[in-house]
Amino acid sequence: MPAKRIIPCLDVKNGRTVKGINFEGLADVGDPVELGARYTAEGADELVYLDISASKEERSTFTDLVRRIAERINIPFTVGGGISSVDDAARLLDAGADKITVNSAAVANPDLITEIASRYGRQFVVVAIDAKKVDGVWRVTTHGGSRLTDRELFSWAKEVEQRGAGEIMFTSMDHDGTRNGYPCNTFARLCSEVSIPVIASGGAGSAEDIANVLTDGCADAALAASIFHYGDTTVNSLKRELSDKGIEVRL
Amino acid sequence: MIAVIDYNMGNICSLGNALQRLGVEWQLTSDHNEIRKASHVILPGVGNAAEAMENLRRLQLPEVIWRLRRPVLGICVGMQVMCRHSEEGDAECMGIFDAKVRRFKEMPGVKVPHMGWSRIANLDSKLFKDIPRGSYVYFVHSYYAPLCPDTIATARHPEMFSAALKYENFYGCQFHPEKSGDVGEKILSNFINL
Repeated sequence: MPAKRIIPCLDVKNGRTVKGINFEGLADVGDPVELGARYTAEGADELVYLDISASKEERSTFTDLVRRIAERINIPFTVGGGISSVDDAARLLDAGADKITVNSAAVANPDLITEIASRYGRQFVVVAIDAKKVDGVWRVTTHGGSRLTDRELFSWAKEVEQRGAGEIMFTSMDHDGTRNGYPCNTFARLCSEVSIPVIASGGAGSAEDIANVLTDGCADAALAASIFHYGDTTVNSLKRELSDKGIEVRL
Repeated sequence: MIAVIDYNMGNICSLGNALQRLGVEWQLTSDHNEIRKASHVILPGVGNAAEAMENLRRLQLPEVIWRLRRPVLGICVGMQVMCRHSEEGDAECMGIFDAKVRRFKEMPGVKVPHMGWSRIANLDSKLFKDIPRGSYVYFVHSYYAPLCPDTIATARHPEMFSAALKYENFYGCQFHPEKSGDVGEKILSNFINL
């Protein structure tokens, strides 16, 4: 198996990084390209950039940013936020993105996954799934967890795999933002139900949490934002800790 | 001038950016004369091997590539179509490397495509000058070239396969040097300095 991946996630609004703070020696933490280059130098295996802008004008700023990221960054990067058509995906591919991530739009229109994957290959499509447990059932949510759907997590995961998703990024809305760790049993079941890589997102408060989801939870990669942005740890020291616990990471 | 062969097989944005970072002059072309004149030739490729071969044949490129005597590098599907045959679409390929490309078998715990960072070992070429054994590079593929006399680097998934191949002036790597961080950039720069 390939090494377990550590993927810092950067939220971008109007071309600027949101939440990036306290980076010694970095002139402009608000510049997503600079911050991404810093994470890359520290040993990040991939990067995810999420556009949290609202308007159309800001979207074109994001496309320009993707072009600048591609010029500078020499590891794979995924972009997402507001992708709702094949054209949106094509625009980001042309700007240099290696992968795109779709979430709410895929739930509303599952054919979107099929269309993007058949045109650009499944390696290009990461489907993000947000779910929360309601009466003992993991139900898929959209719009940042604010809307509950009728879909159930595991059957939706299998469907997106069949439709051509190359990877699944799963966030438990019950754990996201709590920094109390991931639901490892749910991850383990998810990983046994699909044969594509699963990226764990949302909930990491410590290296221990990440180690658990990569071992007990069987996840292939962990996405993290706040533990890096708030300077709790660096990508490099996190990966060293994981390696000390016997987890294969790229050092 | 480096020629990157344009045969409509996937996005070459990241390769172009990587060459730009190395400060070399390059052009994307399918023109036979430009390819013959180039100091180095790169055959990129993302997608399906059978379709890649079809596109190459339509542009009458195999005949041009066979006769090149300067360094040629196939990347990913670009490497696979330089082998004898690919199981993907049962494609007769260019037959430069003595290997038949096969699909990985899905097994419990073995995900296909093989995607992510894996180590390369048994490095045996100037292409890997100053690259430590066991360095990680980035792979995305469902098909692979088995070990063969042309193997110059190996990786595992979980069985050993050819991570890179060489025959005379022809090189191929299954991984993406343009996405493999500083290690990948060094490999590209080694190729350019061949």
